[in-house]
Amino acid sequence: MKKNDFVLIGLVLLTAIAVMSYQYLKKDPGNQSIQITVDGQNYGTYNLEENQTIDINGTNTLEIQDGEADMSHAECPDKLCVNQKAISRDGESIICLPNKVVVTVEGGEARELDGVTH
Amino acid sequence: MKNRAAYFGVFTALALIFSYVEMLIPIQFGVPGIKLGLANLLIVIMLYKCGTKEALLLSVVRIILSGFIFGNMFSIIYSLAGGILSLFVMTLLKRRDSFSVAGVSIAGGVSHNIGQLLMAMLVVETYRVGYYLPVLLIAGVITGALIGIVASEVLKRLRNINIK
Repeated sequence: MKKNDFVLIGLVLLTAIAVMSYQYLKKDPGNQSIQITVDGQNYGTYNLEENQTIDINGTNTLEIQDGEADMSHAECPDKLCVNQKAISRDGESIICLPNKVVVTVEGGEARELDGVTH
Repeated sequence: MKNRAAYFGVFTALALIFSYVEMLIPIQFGVPGIKLGLANLLIVIMLYKCGTKEALLLSVVRIILSGFIFGNMFSIIYSLAGGILSLFVMTLLKRRDSFSVAGVSIAGGVSHNIGQLLMAMLVVETYRVGYYLPVLLIAGVITGALIGIVASEVLKRLRNINIK
């Protein structure tokens, strides 16, 4: 290994740590919601504080429990989104690439509605 | 020329076997996209033994074949984005001569993950995927280092074999 190798490793790790600490230090605004988009289109917004099971187009099932959202079922063969850990922090997301389903935690201002579906 | 075709066949077959072996590793990291990238070992070796053109051909052939056998259309698209970007970056660093095989491989691993992340952003049309950037950067350094160390050991032992 040469000197430049270590410079490269250092720079990449530094970038990673910088972005990570920014994500963790960002204030947790509370009152978070779960936003689901399918193929870039908004699918629905759900309250993260409320335990519920959401069926997404019949291809994925999302479970919200104890302030965490977890993909419990997916039709795709790779099951990457199912194996992913539950999400609860602002900006975290679960993504099912084959079905183009994106589940994101949205932190934010107080909402007047508990949830919106369509 | 005949020799070269035979070597290329061996490398392609090995890369496919490595893709399969990697599929058998049952560990999940909680973040999509993190894996060892065993097949990239062959790409790095090819890059040093022959050159960019051959490594690119091997990479594309490997991705398309393993995509059809083990994956789906999406895994092909993501792997292509990562594979081509990482080969581009590795070629640039290799030319500068101030990086060792491990350094080049680390840059390749990191840029592979960045390429996949960018493609994911395009496909699902959300920048939110960027949340996983730090984890993927660190994973790229670790897997790139592992692959790079093995590749440099293999290259030492292949010194007498001329594929060109």
